[in-house]
Amino acid sequence: MAAVVQLQRQFIEYTTSLYNEGYLDDQFTQLQKLQDESNPDFVVEVVSLFFEDSEKLLNNLATALQQKTVDYKQVDSHVHQFKGSSSSIGAQRVTNVCVHFRNFCEEKNLEGCLRCLQQAKHEYILVRNKLEALFRLEQQILQAGGSIPIME
Amino acid sequence: MDSSSSVNRTVGMKEEVEDERPHVLVVDDSLIDRKIMEKLFTNSACKVTTADSGQKALELLGQGEEYKHTNINHQGPKINLVVTDYCMPGMTGYDLLKKVKESSDIKEIPVIVVSSENVPTRIEKCLEEGAQEFILKPLKQSDVKKLRCHMHFTQSIKGRFCIGRYWDSWRQIRGEM
Repeated sequence: MAAVVQLQRQFIEYTTSLYNEGYLDDQFTQLQKLQDESNPDFVVEVVSLFFEDSEKLLNNLATALQQKTVDYKQVDSHVHQFKGSSSSIGAQRVTNVCVHFRNFCEEKNLEGCLRCLQQAKHEYILVRNKLEALFRLEQQILQAGGSIPIME
Repeated sequence: MDSSSSVNRTVGMKEEVEDERPHVLVVDDSLIDRKIMEKLFTNSACKVTTADSGQKALELLGQGEEYKHTNINHQGPKINLVVTDYCMPGMTGYDLLKKVKESSDIKEIPVIVVSSENVPTRIEKCLEEGAQEFILKPLKQSDVKKLRCHMHFTQSIKGRFCIGRYWDSWRQIRGEM
């Protein structure tokens, strides 16, 4: 029993820190609210799609920026997609990098774009690790027989 | 009223509720956004069909090329509302909106355009072309609740019902209470 309470407290603290540090925004809460008994894995499913999509996009971006003649429209199109998907799941810091990234695309600034790509990758890896840790905590709570605290 | 007849009535009513749920067509090239919008609408008691392109959407609305040539008055699944992303490769949400509003058989279907970008000229353009609303992504449950009022129902009832608010009146009309 004490173990469950401990885990739940950890969960609350961890989730709160993710919001405070800007890794996640209200959109993530919206996703959690959508989850119900008919679809108990909804959040994990959507976030997994985001992970798959992001890795593809990051690879495409790296390739596009390595071309002899960079097609900035193509680069911008990938960033637009990345901005959209990260915003849809509430990965705020990734979205913010994408905003700057698009500005550099418009300016056809290669150095700026390359820097943003690195930053986007960095922020993506951070949020991915944090979300995976969050999901692991949820599993631990459920396995210990507890329920996941609802964050408002 | 014995228990068996009330069970039958409940079951019967449930089946009717399934058939009469408003049918929403969600159009978006992003799989993540299709999945989220689908959940938003099913949580609001709607039936949802998704399409990953404007072209696919038109086919589902019974406007595909094949139907035009064969001259069959093909009625696709009856759609009460179209929700389309603006930025899509190939046919944009705006192009889709135009095609819907230009077609004699489906121009009455309300179209909502959603976009991640707040561009006033874009918004104006869509509203002028006949979009019911323009909403910024990402959509929230509260946005979807408001949209229910736009859905035209297929059953022969006068006027539009926001089912959530008028559920009891609706049931009275149908003789279920």
